[in-house]
Formats: sequence, structure tokens, C-alpha cells
Amino acid sequence: MSSEPAVEGRAVGRAEGVERAVAESRAGVAPGGSSSGGREQQVLDRIARVRRRRAVVREERITLAHGAGGKATQTLIEAVFLEAFRNPVLAALEDGATLSLDCARAAFTTDSFVVSPLFFPGGDIGDLAVNGTVNDLAMCGARPAFLSAGFILEEGFPVADLRRIAASMAAAAGAAGVSIVAGDTKVVERGKADGCYVTTSGVGLLERQVSLSAAGARSGDAVIVSGPMGEHGAAIMLARGDFGIEAPIVSDTAPLHGLVAALLDALPGGVRSLRDATRGGVATVLNEVATASQVAVVVEEEALPVRAEVTGVCELLGIDPLYVACEGRFVAVVDGEHADRAVQVLRGQPGGAGAVRIGTVRDDPPGLVLLRTVFGGTRIVDLLVGDPLPRIC
Amino acid sequence: MRFVDEYRDAGKARVLAADIAARCEPGRRYTFMEVCGGHTHTIYKHGLEDHLPEQVALVHGPGCPVCVIPMGRVDDAMHIAAQPDVIMTSFGDMMRVPGGKGSFLDAKAAGADIRMVYSPLDALKIAKLNPGRRVVFMAIGFETTAPSTAMTVLRAAAEGVENFSVFCNHVLIIPAIKAILDSPDLRLDGFIGPGHVSAVIGCRPYEFIAREYGKPLVVAGFEPLDVLQSVHMLLGQLGEGRAEVGNQYGRVVPWEGNRTAMEVIGKVMRLRPYFEWRGLGFIAQSALSVADEYAAFDAERVFDLPGLRVADPKACQCGEVLKGVLKPWECKVFGTACTPETPIGTCMVSSEGACAAYYTFGRFSRERVREATRA
Repeated sequence: MSSEPAVEGRAVGRAEGVERAVAESRAGVAPGGSSSGGREQQVLDRIARVRRRRAVVREERITLAHGAGGKATQTLIEAVFLEAFRNPVLAALEDGATLSLDCARAAFTTDSFVVSPLFFPGGDIGDLAVNGTVNDLAMCGARPAFLSAGFILEEGFPVADLRRIAASMAAAAGAAGVSIVAGDTKVVERGKADGCYVTTSGVGLLERQVSLSAAGARSGDAVIVSGPMGEHGAAIMLARGDFGIEAPIVSDTAPLHGLVAALLDALPGGVRSLRDATRGGVATVLNEVATASQVAVVVEEEALPVRAEVTGVCELLGIDPLYVACEGRFVAVVDGEHADRAVQVLRGQPGGAGAVRIGTVRDDPPGLVLLRTVFGGTRIVDLLVGDPLPRIC
Repeated sequence: MRFVDEYRDAGKARVLAADIAARCEPGRRYTFMEVCGGHTHTIYKHGLEDHLPEQVALVHGPGCPVCVIPMGRVDDAMHIAAQPDVIMTSFGDMMRVPGGKGSFLDAKAAGADIRMVYSPLDALKIAKLNPGRRVVFMAIGFETTAPSTAMTVLRAAAEGVENFSVFCNHVLIIPAIKAILDSPDLRLDGFIGPGHVSAVIGCRPYEFIAREYGKPLVVAGFEPLDVLQSVHMLLGQLGEGRAEVGNQYGRVVPWEGNRTAMEVIGKVMRLRPYFEWRGLGFIAQSALSVADEYAAFDAERVFDLPGLRVADPKACQCGEVLKGVLKPWECKVFGTACTPETPIGTCMVSSEGACAAYYTFGRFSRERVREATRA
């Protein structure tokens, strides 16, 4: 990659670009230089200069050429992704990023995003892709540090939308304190993908001595959720416009590493398990804990935090908010003795104001999640067979 | 949430539960059938049986729309969906119902264009957007959903949407209840009547149940307190030696039903001489087809259908479960060969199916759960 410094990102029209190229090349002609060998050298220098100039994508839509690995691909990478994610490791544009880690242990994860629609109230596929991987690292107790980003683009996808996605990825990465240091772009024929898919992988630094596992829950532990459930899934449902329902619901997509760090610092050794409640919602996480730890998880329906708008939409559609995805909430299983402290710490952090204890871990019956209903009865909270809402992340 | 929370109040439930227990005669057992799958879902979702004394048992009836669709009809629908120019549209519940050759989901994965819709009007919209394709709506359900199918046919006719048709599988609740009452291996003390169906047909059609069979029926709403209260009302009638049609769901169900909706059904649909119900066999005058006047919108006439009858799998005991003769867990394949992931019988498919509800919500020992949930 050229060592040209970052220039103000600005779409440049063809005519304007050409004029500027001509003007600059003229300005570069040394007065008095006239020998034929010298003239050829000037032209070559001019070409070299133009080629060094900041790459500009002039097309309005992605074409197959952008995925062909040649000049157009390079231009797209430099003009869109490098422009948005700029950092020294990525700027080297090597085949892989060389990372310096300050600790011996690292967490590593990957996640793909195919959400439809790409843009929705509260976010878009870009911040979702960054926050999703940041959160998976945070759930390991790691400090997220580096991400890669892979894009699969459909021929004809608007470049303006791609810029918008890259910009929100950059903003989300900035907010989470991570650098996007590697990437890839592929283009498939029209109709072979739906606009834009993003895959992010991430490396996080394990700076604390923690052992977090869904298998770590024991009888007497408390189950906490970090905030209201189901807002991302409900926002996506409404954004698709299939139901003709309008409600002021925005996605909860957010990075969780700050909340997690505060919790781990406040309860050294007292946090057993952390899981972000994405696809399948809180119910699915609770089932993972019950199965992996061979314990019963008893949940109080009355304590479940759900905003009235989300409850309303779910009632109308016959969906249980316990199964609706969040993208900025996690379920923590903590030592029961420190449950109040854990909730208090979370509530003191940005994004944790809605944290609440929802249940307790028991020995028996192992592997089951039980719900004590508001109505005063009991039922199982099982895994769902099919997803009522495909492609929410 | 207003208008919902008040029907889920644990305090009121406990008061009602105590009164229900008081109304039970010592030593007598009571068996009530909730006809409608919506009630089955409510009972399990809210853990309603925890409020009932051991003496009162609820059995789950045939009122789950997808549960009663026979395999042959699913195969016919898949045959239509396999035509290259067809877009098949269906409610989500129907997607996993197994026919003799797999389900809609399997057909979709194999390349058929099958789309989930939330209303038949959505299917009509798809037809208008795809004039070069034939769009078929897989119509299922009782009198609850039949009016919206009929309305959609009327609109298609009015707007001249020629590439739209309906594969009509609408069934009627009264013949099903009658079949259950005539079944020799069944002993019921009364019925919790379907709420949404009754909003259309009213309460009068149930009167023969009280008059000819001497069984009380109470039309009930779908919140847990509604169901509990209807049990209370049934016990009240039995205690006084009465058998009548009661209406617990007066806030939605008028005694005479919805005349307009019935007229629309009457205009667009005709009674079939007989129809096969999954598990219950052929029942006379128990289903609707599209009337001759609207033959152009009748998928059964637009397409050549194999129309083969497919026998239910031998191991499947959905029929006994639908009649309330067997509890879901008493079926030979329940939870082993037949699970929500790989349903053999239709009762395991829809969340309103008795087996799926029991498997998903109620698969535990009451004893152990009481211990675990003790505060």
C-alpha cells in the first residue's frame, strides 16, 4: 500500500478528478525540461504520481470487478475500508496482520452477519458485526483488541451503503477500543447474495485470571441479565415491515466489554459464566447453562425485564420475549452471595442501568430451565426448534 | 400491560383456585376437554394446572388447525407447490407439518417457492406483484380463519386477480365435537369451548351438547384467568346438576356470533359431504370447499391433484390424543421417536398441539419442580 497520508474522505466526480489530475501533472512539469528522454520520464513520473494518489471509487454500485482482486478491488479496499478503519497494521496491507500482544493468553472468535434489513432503527449490519465479535470476546473475560472484517458483496450493491456500513463499523470499533487490522472482500453475481454479508473475527487479551464457562454454574448461584430483553429482535421484526405494526423500539446493539470488566473487577472469582443473549435470546443461554452445568435454572417471570413496547409487539405476534435476540445484553451466573453487589455494580455502569437478578441455580431437576409464571404456575423454558425470525444478525 | 396483566394476576388466581377446590365433591374426579389449541397453549404456558386440584384433569381436544390436517392433503399441497410457476403461501405453523413425502420446509429446501404469510391478504398481494406466477394460499383453520380466506377470495374476484387461488382446508368445530362425544372410549364431564371460533359462530350451535348429551360447555377466553374461571363455571353447573352453554368470554363473544363473517363464509364456501381429519378419520359435513361461483379461485379445480389418502404412521397415536383418550405422554412414541424437531404426528408440530405444548412446557415431574421452585 502506498504511504500516502490520509486525505479528507470526499467523493470525487470523474470530471473534477480528471481536471485535477491534469492540473497537478502540469504543476509537476519542471520549467525548461525539454529533451525527449526527459519528457518521457516526466510522463512516467506523472503516471506514478497519479497512481500514488488516494484511491477513489467512482462507481456508484459494486461490480464483479471489485471482487476480481485487481485494481478495482484494491481501489475499493483503499477508498472505503482503509479510509474508514485506518490504522498502521491494516495500512501495511500485508497478507496478514502482525500483532503484538502484551499478555500470554488471548481469546479468539469469529461471527458472520447476514441481518435483513441491513439498516434498522438503532444500528446497521456494521455496528452489529463489530459489537457482536467484541461481545463474544468480552464474554470470555477478554479485552477486545483486534478485529478482522470479511465482506461478501452482491453485484450492484450501492457503494454509498457500503461506505455507510464501513463508517458505522469504524465508529463501533472506536467506541469499543479495537482496531480492524485485517480484511477481505468478495463480490458475487447479482442474486447470489443479499446485498452485503459481513464476517468479523476478533482477538482479545486475557489480562485477568478468570475461568468462565457455561459449565461453571452451581446450586445457589444467581442469574442476572444486564438489561431489558428482546429489543434487537423486536426492532428487526418491525423494520421488515411485514406486520404493519409501528412501535418506538430500537436495537440494543452495544459493546459489553466495559460492563463485563467492571463486573469481573468487582467480583474476583465470583463470576461463573457470561453469555451474550443473541440468537435464541435469554432462554437459549439459560438452557446452555442448565445443560452444560447439569443444574436446574429457576427463573421468576415477574423479574424478567422487558419494555412495555416489546411485550406488546411480542403478544401481538405470539412470540415469547425470552427467545427474542438481544445484541447488547448478557446473562451472568454469579456466586449467589454476591448477587446484590453484582447487580449494583452493573447498574452503576453505562449500559447497565437495567441489570436485574432473574433467577437462581438449583441442583434438581438437572438440565432444565423452569419458569415460575406471574400467574403462579410453573413451566419449562425449552429450546426453540426453529427460529421464528431468521436473519436477525 | 393493560388488558392483559389483569387476566394473569396470581392473587386472583389463588382465590379462584381455592373456590374451585371447594366446588369439587370429595372423591369425585372431573375431566374437562379444552377443545381449542389456543387454550392448550395457555394452560401450559402459564402453568395453569398448578392451580387445579388433583381431582380436576384437563384433556386436550382437536381444535389445533394444523393438527387435524391429514397427510394426503399435505401431499396435495406439496404437489401444487412443485409446479414450476407456482408460489405457495402458508401460515408459519404449517411449514413443518409432515405429509407422506416430507413437509413444506423440505419442499422449500428442494427448490419449491413456498413463502410464509401472516394473512391471506398478504398472499393476494404476492399474486398481484407476480402476475406471471400462480399464487396459492394454503387455507387452514376453523371458523376463526375461514372468514378472512373468504374475504380474500371476494377481493381477488372483485379486483380480477386471475393468478390467485386458495387450497381450502377449512374445517368446522361442531362436527369434530360431535365425533368426540360419539366416541365410545371417552368420558368427559364438560367442555371448555373455543373462544375465537365462538366469536364467529356464537354460542347457540353448542346447545345440542347440553341438550342431547347432557354435558356443560363454557366458552372461554385465552388468558389464564379466563380458563380458570371457565373451570369454575363448569364445576358450578355440575354441582347444581345443570348442563348448559355458558359464556365466560362475553367481552369478545356475542351470543349470536358474527353474522357478517358467517355470511361471507356462506357466500364463498360450501359444506363438503365429508372430509378426512387426521387421527379422527372421515367426518361427514365437517369441512368447507370453495363454492362453484368462485371455482376460478379454487386450487382443487385449478390444479390436477393426486388426492391420495395417506395412512397415518402406525406408531402415531395422534387420534387418541386428539380425542383426549390418551395424555400426550401416554403415546408410544412421545418424546422418543416423535419430538418437536422430528415430529411424526401433527400434535407435535404446532405450539397449539397438545404433544408439543406438553413436551415444550410441561415435561417434568410436578414433585421435583415443587421442590426446586420452593422460595
